[in-house]
Amino acid sequence: MNTTTRIEIGIRPEQVDSRGVSVAHRIRTLLGIPIERVRTRDVYHVQPALSDEQAERVARAFAGPVLRRGAVGRIEGSDFDVAVAVGFRPGVTDPVAHSAKVAIEDLLGLEPGRCEAVFTSRLYLLSGVSLADAERIARELLANEVIERISIQSREQWEASEPDLDVPRVVDSQVPETRTISLEVEDAELERLSREMLLALSLGEMRVIRDFFRRAGDDPGRRAAGLGSEPTDAELECLAQTWSEHCKHKIMSATIRYRAPGEPEQTIDSLFGTYIKGATRAVEAAIEQREGRSWLVSVFDDNAGVIAATDRHHLVYKVETHNSPSALDPYGGAITGIVGVNRDPFGTGMGAELLANVWGYCFAAPDWKGELPAGLLHPRRIREGVHRGVIDGGNQSGIPYARGFEFFDERFLGKPLVYCGTVGRMPVEVAGRPAHLKAARPGDRIVMVGGRIGKDGIHGATFSSAELTEESPVQAVQIGDPITEKMMFDFLIEARDLGLYSAITDNGAGGLSSSVGEMAQACGGARMDLARAPLKYQGLAPWEVLVSEAQERMTIAVPPENLQRLIDLARRREVEATDLGEFTDSGVFHCLWGERTVTYLPMDFLHGGLPPMELEARFEPVEIAEPERLPLPEAAGVLASEIRAFVARHNLASSEDLCRVYDHEVKGLTVVKPWIGVHRDVPAEASVFQIDHGSWEGYALAEGIFPTYSDIDAHAMAQAAVDLSLRRLLAAGARPDRIAALDNFCWPDPLPGATNPDAEHKLAQLVRTCRGLYEACTAYGMPLISGKDSMKNDAVIGGRRISIPPTLLVSAIGLVPDVRMAMTLEVPDRRQEILMLGATAEELGGSQWAAHRGVAFPQVPRCRPAAWAGRYRAVAGVIRDRLVQAVCVPALGGLMPALLRLARAGDVGLEVDLAALPVEGEVGWEARLFGESCGRMLLCSRPEDRDEILTRLAGEPVAPIGRLGDDGRLRVRSGEHMLVDQSVETLVACWRGEAAGEEG
Amino acid sequence: MGAGDYRGPKVLIPVGLGLNCEAETAHAFRSLGVEPDLVHLTDLFAQRGPRPLADYQVIAFIGGFSYGDHVAGGLVLATRLRAHLADDLRDFLDRGGLAIGICNGFQTLVRLGLLPGPDSGAHDFVQRADLGPNDRLGYRDAWVRLRVEPDTRCLWTRGLESVELPARHGEGKFLTEPAQLVDQLAEDGRVALRYVDAAGRPTEQWPWNPNGSAGGIAGICDRSGRVFGLMPHPDAFLHPWHHPDWRRQRAPETLEPAGLALFRAGLEAARELV
Repeated sequence: MNTTTRIEIGIRPEQVDSRGVSVAHRIRTLLGIPIERVRTRDVYHVQPALSDEQAERVARAFAGPVLRRGAVGRIEGSDFDVAVAVGFRPGVTDPVAHSAKVAIEDLLGLEPGRCEAVFTSRLYLLSGVSLADAERIARELLANEVIERISIQSREQWEASEPDLDVPRVVDSQVPETRTISLEVEDAELERLSREMLLALSLGEMRVIRDFFRRAGDDPGRRAAGLGSEPTDAELECLAQTWSEHCKHKIMSATIRYRAPGEPEQTIDSLFGTYIKGATRAVEAAIEQREGRSWLVSVFDDNAGVIAATDRHHLVYKVETHNSPSALDPYGGAITGIVGVNRDPFGTGMGAELLANVWGYCFAAPDWKGELPAGLLHPRRIREGVHRGVIDGGNQSGIPYARGFEFFDERFLGKPLVYCGTVGRMPVEVAGRPAHLKAARPGDRIVMVGGRIGKDGIHGATFSSAELTEESPVQAVQIGDPITEKMMFDFLIEARDLGLYSAITDNGAGGLSSSVGEMAQACGGARMDLARAPLKYQGLAPWEVLVSEAQERMTIAVPPENLQRLIDLARRREVEATDLGEFTDSGVFHCLWGERTVTYLPMDFLHGGLPPMELEARFEPVEIAEPERLPLPEAAGVLASEIRAFVARHNLASSEDLCRVYDHEVKGLTVVKPWIGVHRDVPAEASVFQIDHGSWEGYALAEGIFPTYSDIDAHAMAQAAVDLSLRRLLAAGARPDRIAALDNFCWPDPLPGATNPDAEHKLAQLVRTCRGLYEACTAYGMPLISGKDSMKNDAVIGGRRISIPPTLLVSAIGLVPDVRMAMTLEVPDRRQEILMLGATAEELGGSQWAAHRGVAFPQVPRCRPAAWAGRYRAVAGVIRDRLVQAVCVPALGGLMPALLRLARAGDVGLEVDLAALPVEGEVGWEARLFGESCGRMLLCSRPEDRDEILTRLAGEPVAPIGRLGDDGRLRVRSGEHMLVDQSVETLVACWRGEAAGEEG
Repeated sequence: MGAGDYRGPKVLIPVGLGLNCEAETAHAFRSLGVEPDLVHLTDLFAQRGPRPLADYQVIAFIGGFSYGDHVAGGLVLATRLRAHLADDLRDFLDRGGLAIGICNGFQTLVRLGLLPGPDSGAHDFVQRADLGPNDRLGYRDAWVRLRVEPDTRCLWTRGLESVELPARHGEGKFLTEPAQLVDQLAEDGRVALRYVDAAGRPTEQWPWNPNGSAGGIAGICDRSGRVFGLMPHPDAFLHPWHHPDWRRQRAPETLEPAGLALFRAGLEAARELV
């Protein structure tokens, strides 16, 4: 008697199996295997077994009458050579299974829960390949063995076997128990413990913990709870999560001695306090002085930053990284990245509705042909998986994407950077109270809402605080499930508006240990029973329940009088909500398993016991000789193929087709879409959204990132990122006095170690970045309202260290008073001349042109924020008053790609003269055409407005450099000398990757 | 006007379970002077109150990802609607109620059997067509041009000739068994909208037609013309600044928002019921 029913759904033979066609295409193009055909099937294993009649009904209903067919057992009569089945490993989240289970119950009229479990898998029937080829196809393209298992059968084996009824059930007979661990051991043993338990704690930190428990053994409360002078595994795990670099930002809070040639030595007590918080406080003071009150509503103390926007709403913004998990399982890591960052604005204040997502990725080139160390996935695979993950996460949650970028450099081979961010809208008040404030009160119930707990994501926080190795833990990968999360969000917004809870936060890194631990700070303690937590499967130890990062969970504090209403509403909405215990004022983070205590940690030690780090930073400037300059090309034809190859470079090419897979206009609030222009294929300088239906008040989003500038000086990298994000927002018509920024630091490990000889230099670059950021943000009046740092972006594989370049992403948000007045780079007609605002300097260091030529240039683009702040205020007025018709911001690749975007967006030709550019010092033609000097904007205006513009911008370097044309050609002269004369259409074909342009 | 004075059609928008276009769809009706009721599907399934659909003249099945598009887009939700609300829906349609299904809502109505519906007689909730994966596999968000079929029975497109809307889906290829049924539907006036190319001709060519639907079919209705489903999103073109070209228009405020026009036509048809 079978305990499992197997149902197979396939495409009817006369219909197109488009998924199969697509897989076959990828096998041919990506793996070079000339496969004949691929057919695909979806397989559902249902437990307990259904009756034959029931199973037939399910098969018929799942298939429908037209496109698909279904069968109980197998669909017979297929022609193929090899069958590859891909299913999840035990314990991996299978979101489709839950939906299928609901459908089966309703279809068959079963009580909820009668269908106990469904397991889904995919079957690929391959024709025209050998078993060996099939094996390669399965491993390199169809499955990721970190989370999936593969079964491969030849046609003969398949036919000789019974339909596979094997399901990935978690079989774990482990009895949940808590053990104590002695820390009264040698230092080497402490280090071994930290390493083997994946605690990622230093020897110094382990010693602090040891000393604490020596004293704690005498605490009568601890003794009464049944614990002594040895910590439990749960206590060590809880401390490790709370004290992880990921959660505590130890490096950004460290005391640092900074030295650099020619500079006085400086001791910095916390980079975060001095430069990040410091910048925001300075800007806020200036705002208060100017306006009487600040528009910063909540910064630094919550899950995301909050700024005032309209009478009814605040805006909430957060950007996160999810680098390490995306390196191991690109799809799962990235989808978790996006649905995870959704929970940050959602868990800010009393909760924000989500408006828009942003993403950005740093990868090695997808056509990487170099050696690929064992343990690393090919960058093409990482790129595909990451895009798919963030696409599914965003689209299925009904949140449009607003901004997206990709940056390619081979040093991201070891760790890709996966940035995901979300903007939310918080009502000024909910249930009669200010929505940005929250506090759990003693006596409030601790309620966990959303998904169940499994072993997925255990040690995520500590894992991301360590470098990637071949043995990186599989359980560190979670797979986000956007639908569970969406249903949870819908429920929580209802509960919020009914005033049913008093505080909310998300379960992210560190799981319950972090969420409850942080909320308990407001009231001074918590007591919860981990045995009550709903589990995906049995067999989790108490410490695993405490630190699991299983996704789609929020923790709320519910006044006891509201508990029943909240639980009832959750049940009605088919969302799980579980009362785990209560917030207290005992001063203790007290976790139990039934009656037995598993943690008894004083709150002040948990959150305040970590001693600050003391670190050394030493800047070693790079010396780069001036490279040989290219002579001025004699005729336009000389540069033609070079220009075509340049605009086709991965870092400059259009990715419109890829981006269209992301929804950008769900919610109906998008006004300037991410891709604009006559052909809708030019990236907008900034995207602009309404905040609510029925109101024209809005906001704009843009960003800046220049990883390669840090090769020369990270100070310049930071300022260039701030400057670009600001120029882009101004180019969209944002108010210059309502712009805030987010900082995301991704760094190679700056802590000293045997395999990390230049740690002090990396730390010095961090110091210089923070200084640059501070100077730019204070000068421009851009407060830093939220940020994040990721400090271990290295892979050590086979003894070789691959480190990313130090990278700062600046994400800016600015208010647009009336979105109908938003500006873009689309010219409305050809009656325009082109002005350049801002000087071009001989600054090709770290540029795309340097990478294209394969040479290093010494001078990196430098900003003068103090001098440029006035320029930006003036140009914002020019834009507001409609003296210009379109604004284009030169960025990566300099003037050349900017001109191409401008021409394409308006479907016009244009002609400019490099000799007319405002310059600073001696500037050669390469720097004029391809240099990435900051502070510049291209303004398109009617000739009759020129005088007014020049008057308004008096004192600034600004000059007319050309005009639009109507013959569809892009021309660049240097005086009488023609450098570029090409049809826009040809250049666009290269830029879009549709021509056989050379790859750079 | 006080709420008690309202005499227009009453509109229901079922929400939750992964649907996500409630805000813009509600705003569409609000812009036309009708305050819709947003009711969670789990409350409709639980039959809170005696006949949950009895008060309404219009139901909007909105876009989104009900149950994550798992198994097939709209399939799980259609299964649940059939299990819990089939009788109420039948009553609603018998009374002459109007329904629109947008994107995921269209997929749901097709899998529920309301579209294209039976050739004669009352609705029997039997699925006759399908919406398959786009020929170019995967989701895509891009604006398309649509032609309103001149002889369509559809009440939601009355008075309109052509519209521009964004298509945002991965499973929008309209399929019937046998394939020729498509022609019968057209002859019967049940094809409402077709994707057209730059010259205004119905097309199966990407990118004009994002999914490869035969004859460029983008939207269909049932025999009554009151139940209408379409893949593109009328809820995404409610004011001129939704249109991708607004920045290059001399007077964008004069752009006619085609999405709003569809909702207006539906409401006008519903007013005859009140």
